Amino acid sequence: MTDQTLQPITPDGRADADASRRRSDADRRRHTAKRMAAERRFKYAGLASIFVAAAFLVLLLSTVVGNGLPAFTSNNLKLSLDLSAENVDPTDPGKADYRSLINNALKEALPFVSGRSNTRAARKLISSGAPTIARQTILNNPDLVGQSQVIEVPLSDTVDLYLKGLSGDLVSSTPAGSVDISDVSGTVELTSGEAVFAPFVQQARDLLAINAQGLLSRAGGIQRSLDQSASRIAAAQAVLDDAGSTESAKARAARQIEDLTATIERLTAEKANFEARADALKARAQSVSGTEELTENDPSLFVEAAGGLIKITKAGNSGATGEVLVSLANAGTFDTGNWAVKVFEVPESERKISDREIAWTESLRSAGAIESGWNDIFFSRGASREPEMAGIWGAVVGSFLTLIVTLLLSFPIGVAAAIYLEEFAPKNRLTDLIEVNINNLAAVPSIVFGLLGLAVFINFAEFPRSAPLVGGMVLALMTLPTIIIASRAALKAVPPSIREAALGIGASRSQAVFHHVLPLAMPGMLTGTIIGMAQALGETAPLLMIGMVAFIVDIPGGFIDPATVLPVQIYMWADFPELAFQQKTAAAIMVLLVFLVLMNAIAVVLRKRFERRW
Amino acid sequence: MSVSVEHTDSVVDPAPPVADEAVSGLKMQARDLSVFYAEKEALHGVNLDVASREVTALIGPSGCGKSTFLRCLNRMNDTIDICRVDGSITLDGQDIYAPDVDVVSLRADVGMVFQKPNPFPKSIFENVAYGPRIHGLSASKADLAGIVEKSLRRAGLWEEVKDRLDEPGTGLSGGQQQRLCIARAIAVSPSVILMDEPCSALDPIATAIVEELIDELRKKYTIVIVTHSMQQAARVSQKTAFFHLGDVVEAGRTDDIFTNPKDPRTEAYITGRIG
Amino acid sequence: MTLSLLISLVVVALVAFIIGRSRARVLAGDQISSLHSRPVYHGAYLALMSAVPALFLLFGWNIVSARLQASRVLDAFSDQLSAMSAPQVEAFLRDAKAIATGGIVGFRDETKEKAALLISEFQSQSDLWLTIAVAVLVLIGFLYGFRQIGLSKRARHIVERAIRAALIACSAVAVLTTLGIVFSLIFESIRFFGKVPFWDFLFGLHWSPQSAFESAGGTTLADDQSIIFGAVPLFAGTLLITLIAMLVAAPIGLMSAIYLSDYADDRFRAIAKPLLEILAGVPTVVYGFFAALTVAPAIRGWGEGIGLSVSSESALAAGLVMGIMIIPFVSSLSDDVISAVPQSLRDGSAGLGATKSETIRKVVLPAALPGIVSAMLLAVSRAVGETMIVVMAAGLAANLTINPLEAVTTVTVQIVTLLVGDQEFDSAKTLAAFALGLVLFVITLSLNVIALRVVQKYREQYD
Repeated sequence: MTDQTLQPITPDGRADADASRRRSDADRRRHTAKRMAAERRFKYAGLASIFVAAAFLVLLLSTVVGNGLPAFTSNNLKLSLDLSAENVDPTDPGKADYRSLINNALKEALPFVSGRSNTRAARKLISSGAPTIARQTILNNPDLVGQSQVIEVPLSDTVDLYLKGLSGDLVSSTPAGSVDISDVSGTVELTSGEAVFAPFVQQARDLLAINAQGLLSRAGGIQRSLDQSASRIAAAQAVLDDAGSTESAKARAARQIEDLTATIERLTAEKANFEARADALKARAQSVSGTEELTENDPSLFVEAAGGLIKITKAGNSGATGEVLVSLANAGTFDTGNWAVKVFEVPESERKISDREIAWTESLRSAGAIESGWNDIFFSRGASREPEMAGIWGAVVGSFLTLIVTLLLSFPIGVAAAIYLEEFAPKNRLTDLIEVNINNLAAVPSIVFGLLGLAVFINFAEFPRSAPLVGGMVLALMTLPTIIIASRAALKAVPPSIREAALGIGASRSQAVFHHVLPLAMPGMLTGTIIGMAQALGETAPLLMIGMVAFIVDIPGGFIDPATVLPVQIYMWADFPELAFQQKTAAAIMVLLVFLVLMNAIAVVLRKRFERRW
Repeated sequence: MSVSVEHTDSVVDPAPPVADEAVSGLKMQARDLSVFYAEKEALHGVNLDVASREVTALIGPSGCGKSTFLRCLNRMNDTIDICRVDGSITLDGQDIYAPDVDVVSLRADVGMVFQKPNPFPKSIFENVAYGPRIHGLSASKADLAGIVEKSLRRAGLWEEVKDRLDEPGTGLSGGQQQRLCIARAIAVSPSVILMDEPCSALDPIATAIVEELIDELRKKYTIVIVTHSMQQAARVSQKTAFFHLGDVVEAGRTDDIFTNPKDPRTEAYITGRIG
Repeated sequence: MTLSLLISLVVVALVAFIIGRSRARVLAGDQISSLHSRPVYHGAYLALMSAVPALFLLFGWNIVSARLQASRVLDAFSDQLSAMSAPQVEAFLRDAKAIATGGIVGFRDETKEKAALLISEFQSQSDLWLTIAVAVLVLIGFLYGFRQIGLSKRARHIVERAIRAALIACSAVAVLTTLGIVFSLIFESIRFFGKVPFWDFLFGLHWSPQSAFESAGGTTLADDQSIIFGAVPLFAGTLLITLIAMLVAAPIGLMSAIYLSDYADDRFRAIAKPLLEILAGVPTVVYGFFAALTVAPAIRGWGEGIGLSVSSESALAAGLVMGIMIIPFVSSLSDDVISAVPQSLRDGSAGLGATKSETIRKVVLPAALPGIVSAMLLAVSRAVGETMIVVMAAGLAANLTINPLEAVTTVTVQIVTLLVGDQEFDSAKTLAAFALGLVLFVITLSLNVIALRVVQKYREQYD
């Protein structure tokens, strides 16, 4: 014992000790807080990853659905065809000239269309496949022959898109003030006491300014390309100048310079054009009075009165000149409310549908001749260059035939291979090799299977190209590893006690497997097979190799008919520039996804239903 | 609880003909039996006789080779790739490892009941009917039904399941499942039944029932049973063989082994010093 | 003809089965168990004996007869055909065959008509003899088999051996597929490397097979060819897109897997996992559509908004979408390996007071690293072999660049471009596709083999 130990701790010392402990507490708390923050960050990073993946999925599906939905409906034109005996032979209705029947009926529906060019343009309102559809309708219902009948024929894709509101909107307004219209057809003058057209003229001028800005920015983009080309020319020139370059490299550089020079020339001209147009637009936008010429680059302006439609070609604040597209019932003065102005903001030059087509379509629509409904054509026909005549039925049948071949080959072979490897094969190097081989085969890119199919089935064995038979064989080889692996897993899951029980009462190995193990493993095998089939259904690349990418109009009728499949049809349509085809593509994807969802749902149900815990 | 084993003369008796066999004759003989798993020798030249219509119990510590020996008696070891068998086993004087022996017929004659009850996931009827079916033992449906009933009666299960033959065998209790497995083995008319610790997965009451059943069955069948429990061996068996490290240390009448073991290792085991 | 013979053989087998079964029953009488094998096996045995030898003959003859027929025609018209090139002779044979079978033929001429006559004559003779041979074989097999049926006949053994042979044959299909891939790729590639030197292909910097077509008429110089078929830009493009894809997929996939295995509760998992599975189940052609329609224009618009010139087929768009496609692949593989790390390791770390994220970063991930690495390798292999996304969203021009905003092309895109449409099978362009296919196969195979090895090693560690 020493004095020190007995000495009471001074108040100072105690305070010091407390302070140091407090400090370390604070430190530790700070440290812990930091660690907890890191913990939270890490956790939220994980959560965010999942949400990013989910967001991608939602974006993908909404893109597909948003684009695809309009393709499920279509607009048809009701035409009254004269099916009297002199036009259609009742004994052989297929032979009639449906094109001229339809043209005549169209003329009746649009009596004000005159002149060769207008008539031809009016015929473009309906699909070029209309006669085929009309003929099909009559052949299906021969009773219709003998009198006039209303038949529905598909409209062209541009009109269809317009009617679905996908080309832009025709905005209607009723200005306050009366207007005087000089005539019922031809070129007419519109005059008014008030400035009824002023807002539209102003709107047109505002738009001109915006368009000018757009043109300028496009010119800017071209300038960037020009700069790039110039620098690439410099690089190529350097190769040319370099004494160390090989002859071939020099030749290539020279060719490149030639190409680039031509490009620069073209782009320079394009840029000048854009700039000139922009300047002109700006000048027009800044004027405040006088009349404004409305060209195809401006929004379209229509005046509707007395059941007719006038397209305005020149407009001032209180007067305008126009072209009658749909004849008026009468000319004269129209008070407020009896006439309307309609504006289509997208200029004629930037859309597929022309002003007169819009006018005629509107006329037909107000006459009640246009019917919107479920798109039968899409679900009953094969490929076509005309979007409104193109359907997925050919591809669906092709997919079906191909999958049948795939299933018939890959299921028995896959299950048999799995049974051998799992139940009978001696465990030796050869079996190991087969196992490694199957695992690796499962990861071989699908396109390589396509190369195999091309080299072996098409070129060596001389099977027909584009046939579901060959497609099915290639896909069967591709899905085989999936099925074998799934089947082996299913067999492995059957406990050995079942095999022993059977062997113990004198069943042979085959009997034990086929009577007891296989039935128990079957649900698992089927699940694996369905998943393999779903993979095969969505597969595209190998089928491109064996020529299933051909343009095939007819619905395939057998296993060696030329055919295409759904994914390949999607791939081909995705390449077409028309908006209507883009929608068909998305719609075809929706159909494909529905099939895939169905198959996977069956697999899930099968698994849930027969899942057995030992 | 009692086990009823009745005889019904109206149906075909699946038991083997027994008329001219001596009650205590030799059924099976193992001579110089060695078993190898890959390089490892699990049995070293075992000699053992199995007497007809008696229960022979194989006892010994874990890994002593008694189950291996049992599985040699109906060549269940053939199902293991790396397993190799030397020496000979005879059944009624015929070598079962001879090349011309059909394993399948052998296993029909030497049936087996496993450690864990392993009924097929099928109906009770199908479980029992499967064996007779693959061996072509029945001429007609009625015949088959007769065999099934007979076998279930012998296994003492008939009264419990006769109203629900269509229900899955896996739905029975553990003891019932094991008796179903015994019925399944009986149904193909074996002369020998091998039992690999048939009661190890059962509760005491079910064990008692199965043990009673075994005692009944020995009137018609030769039974070889592997067991961990010496009490069980003493209760059910007439002969006992003590296995230790792949050798048969001692074999003989059960009473002698338990009351007067000759080998010190046997004594050590039955008194609980090795196990 | 083959088809009708095949159908008759099926009928023969059925009839033989019934006869064999009833024969066995008759022999056994009341004592069915006196038969070694049950009657069905005798039936199956007789069916096998009757139909199988004839079946083999049928297939054998089908393989031989086409060659025999061609050589007959070639012998008969050797004078006329000697002037033709190999593809022309092939076309001649094809046309003659088509005339003989009533198909559609482009040009008919006298020689072809004559050849067609010869072919149909050969065909009818071959059909006749084939039918006779098949009938004889069936008869012999049936009679032999019928005599063999008896009480002690081990029919079950024979039938089971036949079943096993069939099972082995089915297992062989997988091996044959691999062999078929390897040999077809190697043979066509060897022919390609006969035209274009191997090293020029592998290390050439310029790829423009379209110009091969222009010079095909004249004499193509080997020098020219090698300039045209330099594959480095394709490899670089593939690498660039794969890199972008992995930059997207690796962090998102891995973090998702960690969250799902260590943080998420059961309810969340029950929703999130199927969501990822849906992402995995979407066909690649749909991703391609998505990339071309939505992502590429979006990236282009965004790039131009900040003053960058972006190609409408930018590597970024294709890579990004490919990354999305691979996310579920990475996450499910990583999930497996992370879940395989024993709980005891986690408990040990937690017992020292480590937070969950510290446990994961310092204990679980290092332990699971080999598995994660191999998951990434498999994902890379998947990305390298992916075709449809790049075909639809990446470019065709073989630019040698590392700028993700420019268009690049990939190996798979070029394979598709070279082979879609009608092609002469012998041209350097088609053969080039096989050489590219070989490179693709070798790369993906090596990645898989390495990945599987790593996984196997890793599994052993914890088993």
